[in-house]
This record gives sequence, structure tokens and C-alpha cells, in this order.
Amino acid sequence: MPAHTDHLGRPVVVVTGIGVITSLGVGKDENWKALTDGRSGIHAITRFPVDHLNTRIAGTVDFLDSSSAGATALTYELAERTAAEAIGQAGIAGDFGGPLFLASPPVELSWHSRFTLYGESDDLEGYARLLSVARTHKGTDVFESVMFGSVANRLADKFGTRGLPITLSTACASGATAIQLGVEAIRRGECDRALSIGADGSATAEALIRFSLLSALSSHNDEPEKASRPFSKDRDGFVLAEGSAALVLESLESAKARGATILGVMAGCGEKADDFHRTRSKPDGSPAIAAVRAALADSGIDEDGIAYVNAHGTSTPENDKMEHLSLSTVFGERIKSIPVSSNKSMIGHTLSAAGAIEAAFSLLTMQVGVIPPTINYDIPDPSIDLDVVPNVARRADVSSVLSNSFGFGGQNACLVMAREPV
Amino acid sequence: MSGRDVLITGIGLVSCLGEGAETHQRLLSSGEARPVVDTERFPPFPIHPLPAIDWNLQIPKRGDQRQMETWQRLGTYAAGLALDDAGIKGDEALCASMDMIVGASGGERDVAVDADILAQSRLRPDVEVLLNEKLTTDLRPTLFLAQLSNLLAGNISIVHKVTGSSRTFMGEEGSGIAAIETAAARIRAGQATHVLVGAAYQTEHPDMLLGFELGGYLHREPHASVWKRAGMEGGGVVSGSGAAFLVLESRDHAAGRGRKAYAELGKIASGRARRGTALEPALAAMLQEMGADKADLVVSGASGAHEPTAAEAAVLQRLGLPVRGWSTLAGHLRDAQFPFSVALAALAVGEGVAYPSSDDLERPVDGAVETVLATTVGYHYFEGMALVTAAK
Repeated sequence: MPAHTDHLGRPVVVVTGIGVITSLGVGKDENWKALTDGRSGIHAITRFPVDHLNTRIAGTVDFLDSSSAGATALTYELAERTAAEAIGQAGIAGDFGGPLFLASPPVELSWHSRFTLYGESDDLEGYARLLSVARTHKGTDVFESVMFGSVANRLADKFGTRGLPITLSTACASGATAIQLGVEAIRRGECDRALSIGADGSATAEALIRFSLLSALSSHNDEPEKASRPFSKDRDGFVLAEGSAALVLESLESAKARGATILGVMAGCGEKADDFHRTRSKPDGSPAIAAVRAALADSGIDEDGIAYVNAHGTSTPENDKMEHLSLSTVFGERIKSIPVSSNKSMIGHTLSAAGAIEAAFSLLTMQVGVIPPTINYDIPDPSIDLDVVPNVARRADVSSVLSNSFGFGGQNACLVMAREPV
Repeated sequence: MSGRDVLITGIGLVSCLGEGAETHQRLLSSGEARPVVDTERFPPFPIHPLPAIDWNLQIPKRGDQRQMETWQRLGTYAAGLALDDAGIKGDEALCASMDMIVGASGGERDVAVDADILAQSRLRPDVEVLLNEKLTTDLRPTLFLAQLSNLLAGNISIVHKVTGSSRTFMGEEGSGIAAIETAAARIRAGQATHVLVGAAYQTEHPDMLLGFELGGYLHREPHASVWKRAGMEGGGVVSGSGAAFLVLESRDHAAGRGRKAYAELGKIASGRARRGTALEPALAAMLQEMGADKADLVVSGASGAHEPTAAEAAVLQRLGLPVRGWSTLAGHLRDAQFPFSVALAALAVGEGVAYPSSDDLERPVDGAVETVLATTVGYHYFEGMALVTAAK
């Protein structure tokens, strides 16, 4: 019988519920089917006009009620639906009763709202006019849409989570950080369970333009499904995307006591900040290396124990090169024989949600024993010598996974997951 | 006493009153502190502006300064003050192993670009195409990085080399409350030894005021005490630019490097009580849970927003606790509100005396001050409290 505490005497944290939405569809089953079929969710943008834009493709989630209702509304619906799926699977009825950690994008007043406000008066110009009419919107969704804590607050109401919900951003590592915060809270004994969500419905024209101005996005507009090509020689940037994943984290003891099905173990978390540059990583990869090592040390699983790496793999020239450097430094020669694949080749980069979505897919990878491929791997980058599980999913006995998340602002967060408690 | 007790060993403050822990302590203790209010720039909304700051003192590289707008500069600056104050700044090993939690909203938008787009939006029907056209050509590419919430922490890593970890919490006052609560919990559980925690808020930007005013929360002239804005024009909040960063450290870690602490950070509570009639009983319950009757003084982050401020005043009065509402002087600092309250509480405990009252609702305190309750009740949602006691 597995122990309830880990190698450091802390409560073992397991996953008892998973919910997922990406551009590939709603729910775990639909997503997993598409992912293991090697299907891409990237498509031409229809949500807004693409005139004047260099990048006209994205992995937007266009099939929800709120898909055209603005970033805050869509982020909420993504989070709510994945949380409901996860909590349903965990079999928790009534109030959730544990804390909520939500990784979500920073909010801003939408342009739609700015135009509406501006049209409500002919007096004054610019922001002075917006300010003069603003208070007539008191008590409306417009106000809630600019509050950074409102999505989490509504989720807390909906699911009966406990205490002050935490909304967080560590850029593209946010989803992993939300999971880390949940793991830490359970390990501290503050709660038996936690709800960690990464949700991002912020693919607006302005968001696309901002990333585009930083030369971060692929402009393979002609073949959208082939635009995200991690580890390929001709990769030219990431594809902006939306999605969400929710995980119910629970102490092993609590999960067993109520007879819950254990979907996997959140064995270790590691992080390290980079002080080199706002968007570029330290050339020697040392912060990413330190984050991977910290996650391994935290999990009690060493380099030889990792069976698969769920890569950050954004398809930007810089990330994939740096990630290869970090992995080959940590794992040495063995990295050539560890499968390393990127879900982003199919779903694009879901930003605040990515770490959570990829953790969800990592858990499914172990459960089902199939590794989703890195698609669009037609022209290998000869300087990145990895087994990227090219183009076709692979059956494999996967007992443990390392999942990487790296972000602007020097954010590096890594998770180690195991199939079952030891 | 435990080796994992949480001590406050460094404080970095900036507000309209000035910069630095000592300046704030001196000014508040003197009884001479007066609110610095700017009524000219954003009429009819008064604001509390930043003092003159020589950014070079904490951000030596011009290149770094250029990459940030005022909000990030302000936070990076105040973080530097806190690290300096704790004797950690420039210590490579201590900074590299230091954890960080920052409370943040977003950064400043380009007012000129936005105004131009708004003006032209009235002249043509295809506003979405207009948006693409203007944003692709007029936005400064790196401005995005000055706006991203987590890039305040990113800049602190770059400028001050704090790299143990970097987490950014969002959610108005709740971000600062959760940041301090989480940092303290991690230290108490042995998950961290020393943590830089805090927030900055730059209100001198119309988009920031818009965030409050869409909820009708901004107070309109004339300026008044936070306790006396109900019934006046507007929603009661006078926002301010400012920042508060704290160095929290385990007792063992502080002792190991021979640092004296301002104070010990004790029990912390947080919540999201529904506004309306439920708020007052929720605050009363939180005060009871905190053992607030032990407090010699309450350093309140009351925002001036009518309903939550009235609820807080009522429960504190019922307990007979003397209170100091510092936002009358320095304004509402949003994400930084709770860190600022905790910092002022630590300074009061460090001196052992209460600040003189600035308002006839704030009664004087005669005896020694050993335990201070720091509060922040959010203007729209979320609340938190912390007990700050003399360091043993």
C-alpha cells in the first residue's frame, strides 16, 4: 500500500479530476482523440477582421457561447466549464470546499467597450470623455470586465471554493504556477483539496498585434494547421491560442478515504526566475536548468526516472533551442532516448492556460499509455537532437512525466507527475 | 517562539508623503503629515501623486528604466528600498535564493494612440479595421512588456537579481493580501526562508482611474477624510500612486545573518465576504478569529468607498479599537493597500507608539503599542487582516 507521505514526509498530492477545452474541442475525450490523431486546432481567424495583420491564424475557441463576448467573458466560461468537468469527474458534490488558484490573463477594458463609451457623449475628447460617462456603467459587466479578480470571484461563488481565491500570472508559465500553489497548500496541510485552473480566452486583435510586434508569432497563414512546428528547422514563432484546463488536486489520504479514482500524482514542482532579459533567456539556459532540477528534486524522481517530457515547445526559434539546451544539460546523453513532444504543435500556445492544459494531457498520456505526437515535424532542426515523437502518436508505457513551462519576464516552472503513488 | 516565525526585516515605501520607511515613520509620528492632493490633472477626481523620485538610485541602468513605464519603475524602486533596508540588496547568494510574490494589475496604455483611435472611430464605420491599422503602426513594440502584470516581478529580477522564484498575484486589494498571506504561510511551513513581497500602483493615468470609475467608486472634490466621504459627491475612493514592499524572513534565517526585525507578522486572515448587509458581520467574525481585541491600534487601509468603509468603522468602533486610516493622507493604493498597511503597522510596533490621529474619529492612544492590527477591506470585494507584534 502506498504511503500517504512523500520522500520528504509531506502529504502526497494526487489528481482526482481533469477538465479540458482547447481549439480541438470541449472535454477530455474530444481533446484526447484529436490530440492522438495528430489533428491541429489552428485555423484562420474569423473572430475579428485580419486586415493589416501579419498573422491571420490562431487557435481560438470559437464554439462557446461567450466566444465573441470579450476576453473576460470567454475566460470565465472556459474556466467554469473545465472546472465543472474536473469536479464532476472527482465526484465532489455540493461546495468544493478547498481553495481556488486561477491562472488567467491580465484584464483590460475591451475596445468594444471603449468605442461604446466614447459614443455615449460628444463632450470632451479621448480618456476625458470615457471618464465622464464611466459611472453610468456602475454595476454592469463592463465594470466587472476590468476587475482582475472578478473571474475568480465568480468561480468561487459558482463552485463554493474556500477563502480568498488567488488569481495569478506568471505569463506563459501561469498554468503550472496555479498547480504549484495548489500542491503547496495541500502539503502545508491547509486543505485536503484544491482547484487549480488555467484559462485564457484573450485572443483579441490587440493581443495578437502586441505579440506580433515582438516578432513572436508564426506567419504561416496559408496553411494554418501546419504553422506550429516545434523543433523543426523552419519554425517561425508560436501560434496564439485559447483554452483551459482544471485539475482537482487532493491529498492521497483524502482521495482514498472517499474512494476517489486517482488519475495521477503531482509529484514535484520547481521554479527559478531568470534575470537576463525581459523576453530572452539567459544564453547558458541556467534558470530553466535550475527549474527542471528543482522539480526533479522536489518529486524525489531523478533524471533516470523520467519516461517522457511534455515540452514547452512553443515553436519559436529561441524557446525550442533553449529548451533543448536545458534538457540535454540535465539529462545528458539519455535525452536522445526520452520521448519529448509538444502539444502546442496541435493546440498552439494557450498562454496563461498552457501549463495547466499540458499537465492535463501529461496525466492522460500516462493513463492511456499513448504519447501525443509533435506534428508538422517535416524538416528536423539538426541542432536539436531529440526524439520528438514525430507526427504520429506512439504507444508507450509512461510512468512519469516532466512538463515544462517558460514565460516572458524570466518565468520558469516545471512539474513532475507520476502515474501512481509509490 | 519558533524558528519559522515570520519577521519583517525590510520595508520599502513610496507614497505622496515621500519615500522610505524612515521618512514615513517620521512624518506620521510628527502629527504634521498632511495629504498631498492633486486636483488639477484629472478633474473632478483628486489624486495623490508620486513624490519626486530619482530613479537612478534604485535602477542604475538607463536601459532598464527605458524598458519600464512608471508603474514598473515605481515597484522596482520600492523593492530596491526594501532589499536595501533588509541588508539583502547586492548580496548575490541571498537574492538568488530569495522568493518573490508581487501583487499587480496591468501597466500603462499609450494614451495618445488610444485617443487617436477613439477620435477616428466616429468618422468611419469599420472600427475593427481601424483598430488593426492604427495598432500595428502606432504601438511601440516593447510597450506590451511595460504593461504585462508579471513584468514588474520580471524587472525586479533583472534589476535586483531576486531569482529564487517569481510569482505575480492579481485581483486589486486581494492580490496584496494573498501575496503576504501566501509568503508568510510558505515561511511558516519551511517552504521558503526569505521572501520579497509587495505591490505598486500608479494612478496618474486616465485608464487607471477609469477602472475605478466604471464602478462609480471615485470620490469627487473636495478632498476629505476617508471616514467622512459618505454623502459627498462620488464613490469615496481617492486613489494614490505608491508602493510597499516587505522583506519577510523566518526567525532562524534573520538570526543567522544577525538582522534585527521591525516586527513579527502574526496571524493573517482573508476573505471575500459579500458586500451589503453581510459585510459587517463578516468583518466582525474575522476580527474575532484574529483575536483583534488584543490590538493596541488598528492601521486601517479603509479606501473611503462608502459601504465597506462604513462597515469597517462600525465594527472597529464596537470593539473600541483606536484606528488610523492612512489613506486619508496617501490615497488608495489598490494592489499595494495591504502591504502598505502591514508596513505602517510594523513601523508603529517598531517605535512602540501610535501615530497621532489625523481625524476626530480617530481617538488618541496613550499607552505603549505592542500589537497592531493591519486591515484592508476592498472597495469592491476581498478583505484581509494581519496582526503585527513587537519582535521578540
